[in-house]
Amino acid sequence: MTLPRQVSRAETGDRVFVVGGKLLWLLLLGIAVLMPLLAIFWRGFSSEAGQGGGLVAARELVTSANFHWLLGNSLKVSLSVAAIVVPLAYLFAYALQRTLIPGKAIWRGMSLLPLMAPSMLPGIALVYLFGNQGMLRGLLSENIYGFWGIVLGEVIYTFPHALMILLSALSLADARLFDAASSMGASPARAFRSITWPATRQAVFAAFCLVFTLTITDFGVPVVVGGDYQVLALEAYKAVVGQQQFGRGALIGMVLLLPALFSFGVDAWLRRRHGDSMSGRAQVFQPVPSALRDACYLTIVLLICAVLLLVFGMAVYSSLVKFWPYNLSLSLNHYQFEDTAGGGWLAYRNSLTLALCTALIGSVLIFTGAYLMEKTKGQKGLNLALRMLSFVPMAVPGLVLGLGYVFFFNLNGNPLHVFYGTMTLLVVCTIAHYLTTAQMTATTALRQLDAEFEAAALSLKAPLYRHYLKVTVPICLPALLDIVRYLFVSAMTTVSAAIFLYSPDTILAAVAVLNMDDAGNVGGAAAMSTLILFTSAGVSLLLAWASRGALRRSQAWRQTAPGQ
Amino acid sequence: MNTALTQPGAPMKVRGIQKRFGAFTALDNVSLDVAAGELVCLLGPSGCGKTTLLRCIAGLERQDSGELYLGDRDVSLLPPQARDYGILFQSYALFPNLTVEANIGYGLTGSGRDEVRQRVGQMLELVGLVGSEKKYPGQLSGGQQQRVALARALAPAPSLLLLDEPMSALDARVREHLCTELRQLQRRLGITTLMVTHNQDEAMLMADRIAVMNNGKVEQYATPQEIYDRPATPFVAEFVGQGNWLPFSRNSASHAQVGGMNMRLADDAGMAKSGRLFCRPEAISVNPPVHEENLFPAKVREITFLGNRCRMSFELEQLPGHPLLAELAPEAMPRLGAQHIWVALPPRSLQVFA
Amino acid sequence: MFKPLALVAAVLTAFSVNAFAAKTELTVYTALEAEQLKTYKKAFEQANPDVEIKWVRDSTGIITAKLLAEKDRPQADAVWGLAASSLAILDQQGMLDNYAPKDLDKIGKNYRDAANPPAWVGMDVWAATICFNTVEAEKQGLTKPVSWQDLTKPEYKGKIVMPNPASSGTGFLDVSAWLQTFGDKQGWQYMDDLHQNIGQYVHSGSKPCKLAASGEFPIGISFEYPAVQLKRQGAPLDIILPKEGLGWDIEATAVIKGTAHKDAAQKLADFSASPAAMELYKDNFAVLAQPGIAKPQTELPADYEQRLIKNDFAWASKNRDSILTEWRKRYDGKSEKVAGQ
Repeated sequence: MTLPRQVSRAETGDRVFVVGGKLLWLLLLGIAVLMPLLAIFWRGFSSEAGQGGGLVAARELVTSANFHWLLGNSLKVSLSVAAIVVPLAYLFAYALQRTLIPGKAIWRGMSLLPLMAPSMLPGIALVYLFGNQGMLRGLLSENIYGFWGIVLGEVIYTFPHALMILLSALSLADARLFDAASSMGASPARAFRSITWPATRQAVFAAFCLVFTLTITDFGVPVVVGGDYQVLALEAYKAVVGQQQFGRGALIGMVLLLPALFSFGVDAWLRRRHGDSMSGRAQVFQPVPSALRDACYLTIVLLICAVLLLVFGMAVYSSLVKFWPYNLSLSLNHYQFEDTAGGGWLAYRNSLTLALCTALIGSVLIFTGAYLMEKTKGQKGLNLALRMLSFVPMAVPGLVLGLGYVFFFNLNGNPLHVFYGTMTLLVVCTIAHYLTTAQMTATTALRQLDAEFEAAALSLKAPLYRHYLKVTVPICLPALLDIVRYLFVSAMTTVSAAIFLYSPDTILAAVAVLNMDDAGNVGGAAAMSTLILFTSAGVSLLLAWASRGALRRSQAWRQTAPGQ
Repeated sequence: MNTALTQPGAPMKVRGIQKRFGAFTALDNVSLDVAAGELVCLLGPSGCGKTTLLRCIAGLERQDSGELYLGDRDVSLLPPQARDYGILFQSYALFPNLTVEANIGYGLTGSGRDEVRQRVGQMLELVGLVGSEKKYPGQLSGGQQQRVALARALAPAPSLLLLDEPMSALDARVREHLCTELRQLQRRLGITTLMVTHNQDEAMLMADRIAVMNNGKVEQYATPQEIYDRPATPFVAEFVGQGNWLPFSRNSASHAQVGGMNMRLADDAGMAKSGRLFCRPEAISVNPPVHEENLFPAKVREITFLGNRCRMSFELEQLPGHPLLAELAPEAMPRLGAQHIWVALPPRSLQVFA
Repeated sequence: MFKPLALVAAVLTAFSVNAFAAKTELTVYTALEAEQLKTYKKAFEQANPDVEIKWVRDSTGIITAKLLAEKDRPQADAVWGLAASSLAILDQQGMLDNYAPKDLDKIGKNYRDAANPPAWVGMDVWAATICFNTVEAEKQGLTKPVSWQDLTKPEYKGKIVMPNPASSGTGFLDVSAWLQTFGDKQGWQYMDDLHQNIGQYVHSGSKPCKLAASGEFPIGISFEYPAVQLKRQGAPLDIILPKEGLGWDIEATAVIKGTAHKDAAQKLADFSASPAAMELYKDNFAVLAQPGIAKPQTELPADYEQRLIKNDFAWASKNRDSILTEWRKRYDGKSEKVAGQ
């Protein structure tokens, strides 16, 4: 009888897949996330003279008025941004998923604009719009440089991140619940409170935490448009770059780790209360037509998209202006990157390579890792360690992560030193840097699946890796493709970690943008950013087109049959 | 691949299963024997441990201690894939992106394409869904989905079938019909089956034996008949069917004092000095034409018409404050007329609980 | 069938042979302005065809930080064009390989490390300059400043940009110069007053001038190279050299200790100090390390070199940390401005 042989093959295959996969993931995360982080702690607490580290310095830092001011600023900015972005993103996501407004693909596409360019770009555009020589200077009573500049820039920068999480959560709805509610006489508001809100509550908190952490650890926007309004992320940059005080930079980096720990706690707590999953019986939700509702939501969506278009349109326009503001004739001379350090075109090519590798390798690793953590039982300690490690990158400012990589991979006697300065290290660092959001998307999608799928597969003696490929991946294909796109585009626009890890051979486009803006060549910075923007947008469209066929096939089963 | 519809069912043994979740004991030294080809129901309220036991048998939970035997194999520590069973979940867990055909054929690895198709066809015929191969689960009704899930579980010809509240998602009318169908199918295949349910009607309808569970223990494990007629504990007595409780104190070996009445007990009524007597409503005769034992006056409180019978709520004159139930045929109703009646509680029907 | 394969193989071999033609790749860290890199590299490689330069360019602060971060495992072979004040710090850390280039005797004594052989050798000098946007000044009714003290006039409130000394070499040379020129107490007083007028502190030395050129802020405290370039491009700038004198720093070259390409690095040091290189620097800077060659830019006055203050580098290097700490305490990050401290 063939039974025993089948069983043992499936079993070993699964053991390799599950335990082996988790161990491999743990090892990778350990090297890519944990070791650099430990290197930061080591640097932060070592009292090497002139470095600004050590326990005494730490105490001094934390009690100084300067630090409190910085912390207050960072908190004010981050809370404001999160409070503005999350409701806007929720409305936008709701409009895309639960109403019948026209042109959804267009709005969705536009909402991705901020992702397609480095975080400096909204800052640059804001300066051209509202700076002292800005086109719309009259609209603003105050200087754009400072609190509002940072907030506006970060709102634009973090919007797509929040949107992605909320879209994923609002996309899976069981029509029967809504039918049940309306048949019980519940108003749409009541249905929202009792069905939609509980199902998406967790995602809202996740989005809030993510935006908060992204903002508090970003330095791209403050560098361009912050003026003298200092924030912690900028302070870390200055501590390291301006004063060569790595210890101090590391200490501030450690402070900026706190939001991540908090996020993890909130997520774990909410996880325990999580119930719903999409079973095979769920009927796909079709929104009820309502002209008034659609009109309202369309207005909101249009307003948001208009703002995005204005900002990015301004950036593109300014890259073509010969000499702002005195010579507004159009020319392409800002695009002549030969005089830029490292050769602008080399930077661009490198960014393409980085983006491709990060997207393809990263999505496979992250999605599989998320699956193993979410859907397999039995290695509780391992799972917990993995989950904690995967949340860490979200809080570590790219800058601090980059520093950690320098400290760790540059250590005397570290056999991994051979990777320093290579594209490989940049790929690893970028995957690690953007790990958490991608993983959250994956986990959100995976949680919507029936918890018993794996049990059913196991009872049928089907190996889990086969189940993963045959059932899980096809169902989660939209989320998977989103992750590929997200990683590609993030890698195109990343700067804060890479700024310490590039070698002359591996300089990146976004780093070139920062260098140019720092040197005052704002036109060139705008030009390179525009180039990045169009590349990311182009590739995203290409991806969307290429996947449409595949998606259409797998979508057949998502439609409700007529006359059901 | 086995071309027979299924394996001959294997007997299953559960020995001393212990399972705790933190401070909560879900299973407390549970032992059970299921004969080959038998359909056993685990019946009990939520939280009694029946689903936990099922999952331990399936290998989806690991018991703290105890053994499990499937046939002559010790499967206690084996992972789910190494045990040999099919399972039908409450939510069916059909893979929404696979056709019915692909779902059913999911567990049929290591066989050629033609063989798989043949087998799938066999299963579809078995559950009466021929022609649905290319449909997706989202396009089927609840009952149809259940049948697909069943077909999927049975396709690899396992020697044990586990059902986790299979009927709970269906409406009542469909439920009874499907219960019967399922039972017929199971008999035909002769597959050992273990079913979890909280619905006693299902259990009574389908099971060869029922294990009534409460707080992690099996209170009684017997045929439906025995469970109904001779419940082993007050819990079982109350959980299955309706019942009347009469407080008593022992007068003698053969008689008990209930309120102001001296009732005769059956010969095998045990030695309890006091406690409660348990009596099924349908065992009580109302206004019997001939004299019977334990005949006492009673007062009618309310009569409910249930279609094929009536339920009467009454009070024994000499045991006020204890409403009791009896059942009547509808024809008997007009004869009642008066409020005051005579009821007989045959000794045979009085069960003693301490 | 084998012919095309053989052809491909031959071509590949030819290429790889070429690659193996022993061209040393030299990793050179620099803070030179981006526009200068191509010219300098070409000139050096023409004189030394067996060496190829791979630039790693960033602003002074970043490059210095990078070098220090890589102290245990240096990635750089040499440094060509970094502030002497930074090189002095590297020297303190023992990261430089002292070397005397061939034309060392032609280099002015002030423009090289005092040790023998020197740890670093200067190329040229860059000095503080005020970039003043005439169009904006007219629009906003601003008078033209002629001295550093003028900049504290209330009419310039919020209109001045200068580099942050903590991150920019240019900024630091400004602060160091003011403290040396006005003395410690009055120097800080001056900066307190100036702080009221500062619209923004930026990170790079050339940015204030570019901001002035675009009119974003009418007055930028920067250095002469971007001022000259922008004016040549047609920006409405006036180049102002304040009366009290100009702070300055030296761009210098050094060999990194432990480099695998010591020979090539030393060739670079040689070239950097050579007359040929001085000809290159001449186009960009008014004061060179080798005296006598410089030709002042048309945009700058002829007596440019005399306007440089007497600069005590040893003092600046030694007190750098304390100066920066004090500066940060006062101007960087407190919401209340502390007056008269």
